[in-house]
Parts: sequence; C-alpha cells; structure tokens
Amino acid sequence: MKKRILKNIFIILVYAFLYLPIIILVVFSFNTSKMNITFEGFTLKWYQTLFSNRSLLEAFFNTIIVAVTSTFISTVIGTISAYALNRYNFKGKGFIMKLLYIPIVIPEIVLGISLLSVYTLLKLDLGMMTLILSHIAFSIPFVIISVKTILDDLNPNLYDASKDLGAGGLETFRHIILPSLIPGITSGAMLAFTLSLDDVVISYFTAGPSSNTLPLKIYSMIKTGITPEVNALSTIILVVTFTIILLFTLKQMRSLKKEVVR
Amino acid sequence: MKDKLFKKIITIPVIVYALVLILLPLIYIFILSFLKSDSYGGVINVFNLGNYLKIFDMVYIKVFVQSFLIALVTTLICILIAYPFCLFISQKKKKTQTLLMALVILPFLTNSLIRTYGWIVLLRKEGVINTILLNLNIIDNPLSLMYNNLGIIIGMVYTLLPFMILPLYSSISKIDNRLIEASKDLGAGSMATFFKVIVPSTVTGLFNGSLMVFIPCIGYFFIADLLGGGKLMLLGNLIKNQFLTARNWPFGAAISITLLIITFVLVKLYKKTGGKMDDLGGF
Repeated sequence: MKKRILKNIFIILVYAFLYLPIIILVVFSFNTSKMNITFEGFTLKWYQTLFSNRSLLEAFFNTIIVAVTSTFISTVIGTISAYALNRYNFKGKGFIMKLLYIPIVIPEIVLGISLLSVYTLLKLDLGMMTLILSHIAFSIPFVIISVKTILDDLNPNLYDASKDLGAGGLETFRHIILPSLIPGITSGAMLAFTLSLDDVVISYFTAGPSSNTLPLKIYSMIKTGITPEVNALSTIILVVTFTIILLFTLKQMRSLKKEVVR
Repeated sequence: MKDKLFKKIITIPVIVYALVLILLPLIYIFILSFLKSDSYGGVINVFNLGNYLKIFDMVYIKVFVQSFLIALVTTLICILIAYPFCLFISQKKKKTQTLLMALVILPFLTNSLIRTYGWIVLLRKEGVINTILLNLNIIDNPLSLMYNNLGIIIGMVYTLLPFMILPLYSSISKIDNRLIEASKDLGAGSMATFFKVIVPSTVTGLFNGSLMVFIPCIGYFFIADLLGGGKLMLLGNLIKNQFLTARNWPFGAAISITLLIITFVLVKLYKKTGGKMDDLGGF
C-alpha cells in the first residue's frame, strides 16, 4: 500500500515538472503587471492588446500557413511514397529507403544548414517558399513510416484479389488500399503538423526576413524584451490544441472500451 | 501498360524527394567542408583538409567535450526519470494508461520555444521559484538556476523527456506479465526480477530513447542560448555561428559532417543491439 502511494507521488511529480512552465505562462497571461514576476491582479488586457500587435499576429499566421501547407503536401507525397515503397520494386529502392531515415536521426541543425547551403547554391531567396520546402523535407519520412506500418500489416492477398477482379493499379490503390490507410495517414499528418508548429532549428536557418514564424519571433523577443501578449497568444494556442487532443483521446478510449465489451 | 505508368508516377515523388531534399544537401555540405572560406564570407574552390584539422584545436575540442557531457548528463537524467515513470504507469489499468500517456504528449504539442520561455519565467534571479523561496525565508539570496549549466540541463531534460518516455513505455508495456510472474514463482525477489527480466527486455527501448535524446541535445542551440545565457558553447551554437555570424561555411560544414559521422556510428550501434529503424522516436 505504502509502495503504491510512493509510486503515485513519483508520477505526480513528473507531471508537475511537465506542466509547470505551461501553467506559469497561462497564469501570467492574466497578470496586470508586465514583468511576469509576481501576480499582482487579474486582467484581460493582454488579450485585447494582442489583437493590435501586428507583427506577433503576422508571425502566428505565417506559422499556420507553413504548417498547413507543408502538412498537406507531405501527407500526400508521404502516403503515395509509402504505397510505392511497399508495393513496387525499383532500382535503388534500398538506397532510397536508407536516405529516408536520415532526416529522422540526424541533428536538426545539420539538416537546417545543409538546406540553407543548397538554397544559396541554387540562388533561391529565403522566404515562405524555402520555409515550406524545408518543413516538407523533414515531415515526409514521418508520414511514410506511419503509413508504412499499416501497409506492412495489410493482407497481401488483397492485391491479388483486386487484380483478379480486374482492377488496375490506380483502382486498387483508391478503392481497396486507401480506405484502410486512413488511421496511418491521420497520425502521420498530425505528426507532421506538430513537428512543423514546434520547429525552431530548421526554420531558424531557412526563413527569410519576410517570413518570421511565431517561434522565431518569440526567440528574438526573449532577447529584446517580451510582453505578456506572448503569454496570451500561447494560452490561446494551448487551449485549442488541448481541446483537440482531449477529444481525440476520449474517442480513442471509447473505441478501446468497445473492444473490451466485444 | 496502364499499370506500368501508374507505377512510374507513384515511384517518382519519393525518388525525387530523397535525392533532391536529402542527398543533394548532404553531398553539398560534404564538398563544402573541403573548401576554403575567404574573408568576406564567400567560398574559394580550393581543396584542403584545413577545416577538419581545425577541429582539433583545443578551443573546439572543448566545445565537443562540453556538448557530449551535457548530452550525456541529459540522457542519464531522462533515463532516471522515464524508467520508473513508465514502469509505474504500465502497472495501471489499460484505460488509465492511454490517458496518462496522452497527458505526457500534450505539453509537447505547443512550441518548444514557448515552453523554454516558461522556464525562464520560473528560473531567473527574480523569477517565480526564487521569489517564492525568498518570501518563505528559505534562502537569503536568489539562487542561480539559469544562465549556467544547470539551466541548460533543466531545459534539455524538459524538452527531450518525452522522446525517452515514448520508446521506453512501448517496450515496457510489451513485456509479457507471465514472465514477471514466472520469475517471482521461481523465487526471484523484486530486485532480481527487475534486473534479470525487466531490464534485459527493454534494452532496445532504452537505446532508442537515448539516441533520440542524445543526438538532438547536441544541436539545440536555442536552449543553450536562452537558458545558458550564451556562456557555454555547444556544437549547435558553434555550427550556427559559423553559418550566420562568423560566416565561415566550410568550417561549419566540416563540424556538421563530423557530427553526422558520430550520429551514424550511434545508429549502427543501435541496430547492432537489435533496434529497428522504424521504431526510432517511439512512433
């Protein structure tokens, strides 16, 4: 009994560690003082001034544009690629598959500076385009892996059955395989989206002056002086993501329950 | 015939992607690392090994050693927190486990820079922790919790902990409970069961997590910048400076290639212990 209490205390402490900085940010977003030191009184004014802080909002929208565009493109390319790698053999396939793990394992900074170097070599101006391209570059492998995991578990007879019934490659993919890939595609897309929102290192090297993202903006603000508007914006982002994830988890738990009942 | 065309169309994107966005950049910085920089931030096309020899300067060796020490300490602390944590979680009901693991991932869906900023608010001299401790008269003078190695390690452990928890949890929850019961039935104490049954079956999970903590730790320059106060130079900061401020791209490229080789050696070791590439990152 005593042992169990100690174990639970340990678990609670770890969660406290994980949530502490987030709770602090949220609490201080309602603080009247600008200094983020002690809580002096409740106010909503930072939420109001946030909407007139143009450079912060612009950085936020840039972040969303980059995340949505790069997630969409890398999910499409990643899904098609996972299928191609699972279904077909081609020259150099083993080599290509090895290359795909590189963005996952190497330090982000190496990917960042090597992309920067190539953009300079190709005389591409740094901006939204290069930023989106870089986010696509590090997201695709994650989508491929999460779709591939499902493809590997599919019954290989499905392909033959579909072929015997007269379906071509495209029909088999669209009507037989694609529907069963939805969970893998969803989790791959979610992963790509989060990675894109969270990225600091690669964006730092591949964004131009006109394409400040929220992380980069906050990075420079921490050095020059940060306002509680950042806390307010972070709080809004937190509430939105927490709600989405909570709904997702509840749904997952409900389906788990159904499985148990069956 | 139509099938052949379909095959071509769907295999081309992955080939183009892998060659243009992965291989080409790496080959380019590999070539760059053997060139020379001029004093204006440009590159002179003269083959030389100078950039690699420069790494053996005491100044840069020190940066390598510091980075690896910070990364090592971070990895060890992550193991010490994550291992018991995952073990205790895995003893809960399945439903509770799903919820608790979601709660681990949740904070990490917000930007790491925002969370680092949260730590600054907590740790600085006039920060929340010092203010509380001073007001409770526990301390007389504010503690230096950041702008030093402690700050860097707190920030690194915080940012990278889930990358240890996820693979560890997945390997711990895969252990067959009958194995643990069998070990106890055969008279092994909980210590013996832990070291002879549980630990051996989580070796790949441990290695996987360590890799996903150790490698990014070397490159996270923004944590060293913000929580270390720029006092301690990590490899990430060194590379960043070579590319953005010192503008010596060939030297920056040589450090990156060295880091890449170290990464590949670590990954080879991981595969030797039976680790699968698809499991990296615990997804």
